[in-house]
Amino acid sequence: SNLSLQIRFILLQNRQGKTRLAKYYVPLEESEKHKVEYEVHRLVVNRDSKFTNFVEFRTHKVIYRRYAGLFFSLCVDITDNELAYLECIHLFVEILDHFFSNVCELDLVFNFHKVYLILDEFILAGELQETSKRAIIERMSELEKLE
Amino acid sequence: MASSNSLMDSLFQRSLEDLIKGLRLGESTFISRSLEEIRREIKLTDLSTKSVALQKLSYLAALHGVDMAWAAFHAVEVVSSSRFAHKRIGYHAIAQSFSDQTPVMLLITNQLRKDLNSSNEHEVSLALECLARIGTDDLARDLTSEVFTLLGSSKALVRKKAIGVVLRVFDKYPDAVKVCFKRLVENLESSDPQLLSAVVGVFCELTAKDPRSYLPLAPEFYKILVDSRNNWVLIKVLKIFAKLASIEPRLAKKVADPVCEHMRKQNVGKSLLFECIRTVFSSLSDQETALKLAVAKIREFLVDDDPNLKYLGLHALSIVAPKHLWAVLENKEAVVKAMSDEDPNVKLEALHLLMAMVNEDNVTEISRILMNYALKSDPLFCNEIICSVLLPCSRNSYEIIVDFDWYLSLLGEMARVPHCQRGKEIEHQLIDIGTRVKDARLELVRVSRALLIDPALLGNQFLYPILSAAAWASGEYVEFSKSPYEIAEALLQPRTCLLPDSIRAIYIHSAFKVLVFSLGAYFSAQQPTSPPLAQESTSSGHSMVNGFTYNSISSLVNMIELGLCSLSGTIDVEVQERAKNILGFIGMIKHEIAEKATSQNSETEGHRAIAFMEDVFSEELGPVSSTAQEKVPLPEGLELNENLEGLQEICREVLEPMAESDYSSDKVSFSVAKLRIRDQEEASSSLPPPLESSSLLAEHRKRHGLYYLSSQKSEDHNDREGNDNNTSNEYPPANEISVDSFKPKKKISKPRPVVVKLDEGDEPKRKPDASSSNDESLSRAIQTALMGKGKGKEKEKEIVKENHEMNVDTENIEQSSRREKKNKKNGERSSKRSSRRQRGKEASVTKPVEVPDLLL
Repeated sequence: SNLSLQIRFILLQNRQGKTRLAKYYVPLEESEKHKVEYEVHRLVVNRDSKFTNFVEFRTHKVIYRRYAGLFFSLCVDITDNELAYLECIHLFVEILDHFFSNVCELDLVFNFHKVYLILDEFILAGELQETSKRAIIERMSELEKLE
Repeated sequence: MASSNSLMDSLFQRSLEDLIKGLRLGESTFISRSLEEIRREIKLTDLSTKSVALQKLSYLAALHGVDMAWAAFHAVEVVSSSRFAHKRIGYHAIAQSFSDQTPVMLLITNQLRKDLNSSNEHEVSLALECLARIGTDDLARDLTSEVFTLLGSSKALVRKKAIGVVLRVFDKYPDAVKVCFKRLVENLESSDPQLLSAVVGVFCELTAKDPRSYLPLAPEFYKILVDSRNNWVLIKVLKIFAKLASIEPRLAKKVADPVCEHMRKQNVGKSLLFECIRTVFSSLSDQETALKLAVAKIREFLVDDDPNLKYLGLHALSIVAPKHLWAVLENKEAVVKAMSDEDPNVKLEALHLLMAMVNEDNVTEISRILMNYALKSDPLFCNEIICSVLLPCSRNSYEIIVDFDWYLSLLGEMARVPHCQRGKEIEHQLIDIGTRVKDARLELVRVSRALLIDPALLGNQFLYPILSAAAWASGEYVEFSKSPYEIAEALLQPRTCLLPDSIRAIYIHSAFKVLVFSLGAYFSAQQPTSPPLAQESTSSGHSMVNGFTYNSISSLVNMIELGLCSLSGTIDVEVQERAKNILGFIGMIKHEIAEKATSQNSETEGHRAIAFMEDVFSEELGPVSSTAQEKVPLPEGLELNENLEGLQEICREVLEPMAESDYSSDKVSFSVAKLRIRDQEEASSSLPPPLESSSLLAEHRKRHGLYYLSSQKSEDHNDREGNDNNTSNEYPPANEISVDSFKPKKKISKPRPVVVKLDEGDEPKRKPDASSSNDESLSRAIQTALMGKGKGKEKEKEIVKENHEMNVDTENIEQSSRREKKNKKNGERSSKRSSRRQRGKEASVTKPVEVPDLLL
């Protein structure tokens, strides 16, 4: 893809490296996806909590944060604003929290389609499209009615 | 029968939840069983069953690596359902699994079109999301008009998503710009922050690739910069201005104020503050107030406890370091403190900053500090440190080094750092300094000797390149050595068997140089008339080895002979050949040495041979520019593009030994040059008796005369190059000072030695990447779109312009800038006119060029 300033992928992984959510905004072969998930996990799982939340990953950057047992990782361009994306991750977690009340890993496992739905409202084509928590919640309730 | 089967299947179909539960109990066989079920279920006609199957498959594919490409057609089926739930599952599957290679891609165009035109905004958004993710060139082209319509939709949500999709469409199908661009620009005036965020995001991406095309939109962006309260929007606009201001300096002045305003705000978000600082540092660093404010603010980052902020602070400083080093120096303490931080990222940033601060005066101090850190660090960081010391010190031919003696000993020290893995770079610098800095050769030999005599170093494979350089230097500059015997002994010590053969060959060759030098000293010391070669003293006043007694020279020769005897039978041809050459040479002159002790006859064979050998090694090897080959002038009449395939017929067996590639036409001159280099090498290696390079070439030509160009021309060519180093200018002698090799001296005790530099630098020039044709067509399309940008808008601008005219400072600036722009756009316009006519559009009317109001 020629587009540089975008989120390339989002990963939710637990401490053992199991992927709970993977959304790619760039085309990748299956085998490459596995490699990526493995590498990212290795990168973030060993970092001390006192270290920065940004690491270099190949020619990009991964911004990550750990919530309980889950690592939320976002892969962005080297020039992207790290703090803004950290806020983005936090927003996503807040929204998940709202929908699943004190979201835990199991919630995500059993509601994977719903999590994807939320994610698609949040990020479109690798760009953050909605930063209002309220708006996303409203939208999700509309969508629920249609099901 | 079949229908009842399917009924049963659908009744008892496992839901996604069941699947997940089952997976959690036991994995691998469960997956394959489930996959079988899915394959069955997905082929059934009932859309509900099909979609559940597809959903399960998507899950397995996303989280368990199962391949789902085979279900592409079924995904298309599911998407055609009228039920939203099915559509959602279908589109999700498509977005997840379709790629450019999916064969059924063609089938979804119509479905997408239908859904894009749907009155149900949720269906529209599903389709948009899908298009954003999988859009191919065809899809982008076919659906441009639908996207265009949606860009003007009354529903903000739809518009927002359409904007998100637009970037992908532009990327794949640049002509879409003409259709959609105007609406995009209109959306810039929206008051909805989410919509604005999406539009600005699109422009952010577009500007990053081609800033010049979007310069006319600067006024709109400026308005957003001043008015918006949304951090995301502001961050993106700042990024846009960072790009625009770097190509249009007048913008920098204008934009500096609002940026400062944001920085001064009481509770400004850290992300926005950081983006402001970064923008100032990268593109507005000429604006003094903005710069000072940004530096003050970045200090807050540096001293914050939050490691993220500390890291970002350091990172920002490295952006501003090249042009405004004072900002880094002001924060020196924080940088040094960060060197001991535990986070490797922070340490790395601190390291780079530290090296940015290095200059002539503090390079010794800083290198000392860093080497101490290196010894205490883990291997990875240790090598980073070594690397980051090596790089700035060697920049511009060692510009900042004044005391080369100190630097050489530092290089030797690096070799002894346990984790050092930078052998190649150190090797390169040792040899490089040896060839360029004549006055440092004494120290170089001293350092090399220390490295060579230590048997422990031979066991560390990372050091082999360094040892190889040490060996070469010891041989090449043996005249500076205190004890050639010691050097030769070190070069031939038994433990050298651990070295790889290529390096061993270098060791042996250096030993030969030592031998020749020593013999020369021995023989000439006995000559009353000839100037003793051994007594060239360097500027430091160290006097050379002055004479070998009969005993010392014969023990040297015996030692070398002994050391090499065992090697005359080794497998490696390089080692064997060199060993045998030396042994042969020794055999030839051995009895001469004994004779010398007794008789005064100076005209023996052996003596002449030794004199020849010394001659061979007396030429100084200088640094060679990487562009030297290109500078070799082509002789007249040399046909470079001649096809030499005909030769292959005539001389297949004979030409085999030469490189296969020599047959291609453009390598004619190169292969001749290669021959020459090879000849020179042969001449300088130990062939008794040595032939001159031109005679070797003549021999070769006799053998393969058929393939040489007409002798007259190549004769000229040879003569020009055959006369070794002193006449052609690729090999300047070391004591020739080139224009820029001297820097004005500061308060130093010892004068900086002369460093030979070559005129146009020694790095090979890198060719710039050819820009993709897609990008070009996109920017062309945008430029035409902006020029023909809404006649209605132009009327607005006229009115606004009139109001602005009162505030114009100098008419001249305005006029000249307009003229500039007009000329530029005129030029472009005329070239576009013909292409436009081809497309059957009406020719553009000559309008006054729209100068962004910002610049008036």
